[in-house]
Amino acid sequence: MTAYLLRRLLYAVPILIGVNLLTFALFFLVNTPDDMARLHLGVKRVTPEAVVKWKAERGYDKPLLVNAGAAGLAKVSDTIFFEKSLAMFAFEFGASDDGRDIAEAIRTRMWPSLAIALPTFVIGLLVNITVALILLFFRRTYVEWTGVVALVAMMSVSGLFYIIGGQFLFAKVWQLAPISGYQDGINAARFVWLPILIGVVGGIGAGARWYRTLFLEEAGKDYVRTARAKGLTETRVLFRHILKNGMVPILTGAVAVFPLLFMGSLIMESFFGIPGLGSYTIDAINAQDFAIVRAMVFLGAVLYIAGLILTDVSYTLVDPRVRLQ
Amino acid sequence: MMPVLLWTDGLIFLLVAGLAGFVFVVRRHEHLAAPWRRVAGDPVGMAAAVLLLCFTGIAVLDSLHFRPALPAGPGGDKLGGEIQYAPEVKSLLDRALAPLIEHQEKSYSAPFASRLFIREAITLADGRTVRDFPRLQYGGAALADPDAGRAGDILVRAAAGLAGGLAVWLLLAWALRRPLRRSAARGTILYTLLAVCLIVGALAALAPHYHVFGTDKVGQDVLYATLKSIRTGVLIGALTTLITLPLAIGLGVSAGYFGGRVDDVVQYLYTTLNAIPGVLLIAAAVLMMQTQLETHPDWFETGAERADLRLLFLCMILGMTNWTGLARLLRGETLKVRELDYVVAARAFGVSNTRILLRHILPNVQHIVLISVVMDFSGLVLAEAVLSYVGVGVDPGMMSFGNMINGARLELAREPVVWWQLVAAFAFMFVLVLSANLFADSVRDALDPRSRGRS
Repeated sequence: MTAYLLRRLLYAVPILIGVNLLTFALFFLVNTPDDMARLHLGVKRVTPEAVVKWKAERGYDKPLLVNAGAAGLAKVSDTIFFEKSLAMFAFEFGASDDGRDIAEAIRTRMWPSLAIALPTFVIGLLVNITVALILLFFRRTYVEWTGVVALVAMMSVSGLFYIIGGQFLFAKVWQLAPISGYQDGINAARFVWLPILIGVVGGIGAGARWYRTLFLEEAGKDYVRTARAKGLTETRVLFRHILKNGMVPILTGAVAVFPLLFMGSLIMESFFGIPGLGSYTIDAINAQDFAIVRAMVFLGAVLYIAGLILTDVSYTLVDPRVRLQ
Repeated sequence: MMPVLLWTDGLIFLLVAGLAGFVFVVRRHEHLAAPWRRVAGDPVGMAAAVLLLCFTGIAVLDSLHFRPALPAGPGGDKLGGEIQYAPEVKSLLDRALAPLIEHQEKSYSAPFASRLFIREAITLADGRTVRDFPRLQYGGAALADPDAGRAGDILVRAAAGLAGGLAVWLLLAWALRRPLRRSAARGTILYTLLAVCLIVGALAALAPHYHVFGTDKVGQDVLYATLKSIRTGVLIGALTTLITLPLAIGLGVSAGYFGGRVDDVVQYLYTTLNAIPGVLLIAAAVLMMQTQLETHPDWFETGAERADLRLLFLCMILGMTNWTGLARLLRGETLKVRELDYVVAARAFGVSNTRILLRHILPNVQHIVLISVVMDFSGLVLAEAVLSYVGVGVDPGMMSFGNMINGARLELAREPVVWWQLVAAFAFMFVLVLSANLFADSVRDALDPRSRGRS
């Protein structure tokens, strides 16, 4: 097990290097720091001095890959690639355009993001499984047909409309929740319940439909027929056999996205003014703060790979047939 | 009139031609046609297909661009004998909707309104100034008394439009009676067509005289904006897959077929791309593209070309991030097909790799490609809205559902609420995505061997 984990961790290294190179290429080769400086200072009427100053303030005035002017190790280490890209492996993301430390911002903004993403995820999972099971229980009846149509309709609505509509109804018309904002501690509940509710409802369409297909696949297998042939009740077949086996792909799939919950939800957070990582990213994109976007890309990749490894591990835990060598 | 071919126009015509070629080939091969006949017999799928065709029709109409000739100057001189063309690019749809473009009001007005939504200072005939809702310049302009005669006028016009729609439907039904004779979905197709005809008829009769969906902040007709948004949505859904396909098929199939080093490289590529959260990768790429466009103003001449170029780049970026899913599926399926007897036999006979790939592997994984193309479409239309909200979508000057929602989301906070722009965007987008989803389901059920015989 330990050996396997180690191998998986080593396997993650080339992928992270790839992500790192890709972001480096996107942010520094396709557009040189000069381009960025001009974009920030306004395309027209930029003096060369202003560009040099902008670059120097942010440490972009070094050579990209090889510093010919330096001696020894500094030839490679005193470059943009080393200082801006490789440093991310040590989770040193540098400073954003307004001069604040990005790593520090990530540490504080992670919690509001989690306060919304985690409950949304857990409640959503339970609701989706329940809906899928209900549809399965009423198979070949009008309940199922109506339910499936409703699910397709629900997944055809853009997520933006769930948020806009939910915010309008609950916060503005019925005034059940504050329109936006956030407070730490126990007061947070007042602010997060509406985003969570909207997130759960918005996810039912696609989620429950997907789980239904998984359960249906399970329900078509031989052991289910055997269970019915033995004379087990439909409820028992459903809960003891189909649900248990159908949970394997559901749980492992859930584990895969679990680490990514830290990243928060871009749109939900920006609509409700939650100071999490999602709104942080959106603000960075709008302000064209490349340092933050770069950091979030790398962080996302790390979390994604963590999810992959967790998935493999969780397979061994829930499915005894799978063994890791 | 000078025809203009924007990049995306060319690609969409290529796509339509490709689709026609595909239909032609499928009709000639029984084994290819059989699953599609199942789709044709599925009422829900066919109703969705009719709606999708209508949307595509609007998108294609909106892709036939030209620059109208300017009227000759005073005295009929034509500046050196040459016809001058207007700088802005119009489409056939713009020509058809000309009244909607011209009927520009001052600001917000509710659907079917004859007065502006906000009070303004009006100077009366006797010189007094009052604050009231002024009459609209075009909405209900034909009415003598806007407040009393409006409902009746709308009803009369709507009835005329519905009657016209009904007449068109009868003609259509008569024209389609032969191709539809043996279709199991005939009833649904005809009913869907009837609904479309009635709606289009009523809209066509009412739109020149009223703002059916109201007007937005700058007084532009919302119906016009919604219709123009359709092209953007359809284009993003269709062009992205067009760009995705060669990458996904080429890399996925060769990874599965050749294995070894090729497989390693392709797997590494898609794991790396997958590792980056989709929105962030797209955002990063779009930000870079934006900088490129800013620093290269020489790439485009007009604003329309700039927006078009940006849309094309957006499709490419979405394609670059989207191919991984399909490539993975194709790799897995090719791994299976490669070991089948007929492929082994072909290899034993000394058939070349290219030929095996083209004649034996590709035809046997094509259902996966088709299913994923139709399944991805709706997701891409939805993604456009989100990306535009994040600020990394289509050009802000281009009409799209995302830009409409983005522009209108603060309107709900107004007092009284301005709801029509959001509702119009919601309704059209919902119908487009819903029909895409239903059609995709129908295609998957027919083409996927796994779902056969399942309820």
